[in-house]
Amino acid sequence: MSADKFSNPVVRWIDHRLPIFSFMDHELNEYPTPKNLNYFWNFGSLAGVSLVIMIVTGIVLAMSYTPHVDHAFQSVERIMRDVNHGWLLRYIHMNGASFFFIVVFIHIFRGLYYGSYKAPRELLWILGVLILLLMMATAFMGYVLPWGQMSFWGATVITNLFSAIPFIGDSIVTMLWGGFSVDNPTLNRFFALHYLMPFLIVGVVILHLVALHRFGSNNPIGIDPSGPQDTVPFHPYYTIKDFFGLSVFLSLFAAAIFFFPNFMGHPDNYIPANPMQTPAHIVPEWYFLPFYAILRAVPDKLGGVLAMFGAIAVLFILPWLDRSPIRSGNFRPIFRIFFWVFLADCIALGYLGGMPAEGIYVVLSRVATAWYFLHFLVILPLLSVIETPKPLPQSLSKSVLGGTAMAGAASAVKEKM
Amino acid sequence: MVKKNTEKKGSREIQQGRRDFIVVASYAMAGIGAAAVAWPLIDQMNPAADTLALASIEVDISKIEVGQAITVKWRGKPVFIKHRTEGEINSAQSVELSQLKDPQSDVERVINPKFLVMVGVCTHLGCVPLGQKTGEIRGEYNGWFCPCHGSHYDSSGRIRKGPAPLNLEIPPYQFASNSLIKIG
Ligand code: HEM
Ligand code: FES
Repeated sequence: MSADKFSNPVVRWIDHRLPIFSFMDHELNEYPTPKNLNYFWNFGSLAGVSLVIMIVTGIVLAMSYTPHVDHAFQSVERIMRDVNHGWLLRYIHMNGASFFFIVVFIHIFRGLYYGSYKAPRELLWILGVLILLLMMATAFMGYVLPWGQMSFWGATVITNLFSAIPFIGDSIVTMLWGGFSVDNPTLNRFFALHYLMPFLIVGVVILHLVALHRFGSNNPIGIDPSGPQDTVPFHPYYTIKDFFGLSVFLSLFAAAIFFFPNFMGHPDNYIPANPMQTPAHIVPEWYFLPFYAILRAVPDKLGGVLAMFGAIAVLFILPWLDRSPIRSGNFRPIFRIFFWVFLADCIALGYLGGMPAEGIYVVLSRVATAWYFLHFLVILPLLSVIETPKPLPQSLSKSVLGGTAMAGAASAVKEKM
Repeated sequence: MVKKNTEKKGSREIQQGRRDFIVVASYAMAGIGAAAVAWPLIDQMNPAADTLALASIEVDISKIEVGQAITVKWRGKPVFIKHRTEGEINSAQSVELSQLKDPQSDVERVINPKFLVMVGVCTHLGCVPLGQKTGEIRGEYNGWFCPCHGSHYDSSGRIRKGPAPLNLEIPPYQFASNSLIKIG
């Protein structure tokens, strides 16, 4: 039946037996999408493209990379100097990780502002947080591979976090290392896992998309489309918009690769790993800085580790912390203020995580950490009870067309058609 | 008729009980089997036999001047060997145990008080503390200072200030002669 849609007989033959074309037509072509999406809705597809870029460049880098403590650093330098286009591939992969995180962070804050984690999208949100966790693990292990000073000491500090676990902590760390310190067995297994995990991410992304397509995208107004008059087919409207966003993204990405390839990196990682000497000031990659700030803000070892993991864990239960039935921050006057304060708090944590842990920075880190948890555990639950939301528009069409009587009439006419 | 019925029901109940038992028993067996298969997959991550075999080294300490320290590598980690001055020994021995976060007297931490031998790995998150070379920062207690998150260790390597929970670890070692120690 559905095969009738396709004029090409080969496509029809295949689709009858394996309805892959119907599936694509349904999910990527006719897929009804709210017509009022703004540019913040571009970041999902950008994240998908980033993942593909990372996998493609990663696989070709792996063809010249050697996961051995005596050769890893040299093999990356060889990629940079001797392998054909190696410098380009590595700079794409290296900056690609940063751009991937930029895109995903914007994607997450989009969800936070427009309440995209609320019913019926809780699982969609949880799968997204899971992707963030897997990305963090992947990027952390990838950063160890070039075996520079920051690779080595980053790996040492992060794996040692697990030693904070009471009783079994030290055995866990020994098992992670496969020895008594970060060494060749560690590098080997990190390479194996760094290769594996992006494909796990692909699996979770597929689940994320299945959950998304169950109820469709949320939108800036946060009310459900009331019928076909509120939606447009995904193709060509959003395919073209996604491609436009992609070209802007790729331009910025290319600018970074060609003009500032080491801007987001750390020069110490061009010094080969030395297990006998820690660099004077070690910092993780920028995308981990807010979490690193939370880790250091707590003066107790176990407490710091718990707070750091808690900062992510709290995202998993967010749908049940914010009980307000209104999704979009546009109609929540108080929430909106706290949203911007929270964003500023996260940026402040990122800044503090890069500063030395002394003096005023420690105090500020503690305040910012306290606010982070206060926002989720106190402010959001409280707001869902005390806040009076602004009146919601009656439909997406009305809000798009200005909600005038004329517009109402226009959409009513459309509705009839 | 009635009797027959109840009999039947009774035997069914017995059968049901047997079925439950079989189901639970087979789940349990499958669970044990899965765990037995999973164990080699997990345990392969633990240190291999050759890694464990790298366990001991010998160090000549006769060339270390008073006040000097050397760093040697043992099991991939730095080990600090410090020939302490009289002043450092005295100040390490005179500290009240009640002032310590991880109470341990200096005597417990040395074989020969002149030579302090310890693993040079911060007990917080594993950085190598400064203080081995002349001119390096030695912290507020004139011992070692970890720059990563600011832990201060005294001249006995005990934690005095900062996030580290424990004193620097003392590795297993013995004096093979007056000038030779065997670590591990
Ligand atoms: C989620 C996707 C991925 C992320 C976020 C990621 C992240 C990273 C990062 C941050 C580095 C360190 C770059 C540097 O400073 O030099 C790295 C290195 C590396 N990655 Fe990935 N990666 C991903 C996927 C992959 C895949 C699928 C492979 C395939 C094997 C791969 C192979 C490598 C190799 C061989 C290196 C070492 C060479 C180098 O350092 O440039 N990566 N990765
Ligand atoms: S690792 Fe030494 S203070 Fe954190």
